[in-house]
Amino acid sequence: MNIQNRPIEVLLVEDNPGDVRLTRETFTESGARARLHVVGDGVEALAFLRRQGPYTGAARPDMILLDLNMPRMDGREVLTEIKRDPDLRRIPVIVLTTSQTERDILKSYDLQANSYITKPVDLDHFLTVVKVIDSFWFKIARLPSSED
Amino acid sequence: MNTTTGGIPIEILLVEDNPGDARLTLEAFKDGKVLNNLHVVGDGLEALAFLRRQGQYAQAPRPGIILLDLNLPRKDGREVLAEIKADPDLRRIPVVVLTTSQAERDILKSYDLHANSYITKSVDLDEFLAVIRAIENFWLMIVRLPPNGE
Repeated sequence: MNIQNRPIEVLLVEDNPGDVRLTRETFTESGARARLHVVGDGVEALAFLRRQGPYTGAARPDMILLDLNMPRMDGREVLTEIKRDPDLRRIPVIVLTTSQTERDILKSYDLQANSYITKPVDLDHFLTVVKVIDSFWFKIARLPSSED
Repeated sequence: MNTTTGGIPIEILLVEDNPGDARLTLEAFKDGKVLNNLHVVGDGLEALAFLRRQGQYAQAPRPGIILLDLNLPRKDGREVLAEIKADPDLRRIPVVVLTTSQAERDILKSYDLHANSYITKSVDLDEFLAVIRAIENFWLMIVRLPPNGE
């Protein structure tokens, strides 16, 4: 189906259940044209993207929102794997993290993250961030189509 | 809400051969909310000279973000993108492809070459300005651009 006529499939990679819930609610409240899929660590994220194990029927995400600090395999490793995989690297990855360290910002861009956003702790600000992601990525930008 | 720079202007490099589009973009950013300096170069060779501070660009600032047209004289945007993203000194600079091309091939190829995002610009003035505004709202106000580690 053409990407214009279906929800945008977004994979949220986030281990904190509170943040997952908040992100879900914020996406709903924002009216963003997105369907959120959630996995809790880097190993699950790669299984989802490669449709392994429980994820054989998983949708191919149009975009990935990636936390950096996670158990088992952290976001930096996931980013490295995605961006060196010819089948996955074109999927835009937005790092969404509480980390504000210069090192994490530089490292993420060096690893070809598509953008880096520090997660606001303030709810109104977070809603603004989600709305801006919606209007830029889902309305203005052209995403790589998800034909496999 | 501007978490990106505080009071320091963001340096933007626009690689665009069409003077009309360059002027529109310049004016749109001038009217924007975020302090910025927009630099314009007209082809791919100039873009790389600017980024590498060669020749007349010895004093050029390092851009925080690059807006790149695809169809350019001398060296086109695809080649410029490939060179930037293969260069360890430059690849961390976000590159937003801003082009009239709507070809699926160009979109996929650009993301494969690690363009940070891909936007088709409109010939309609209002839509063109909306695109520039969206770039500003996302890239200059929400995103953390790589700090200028020089």
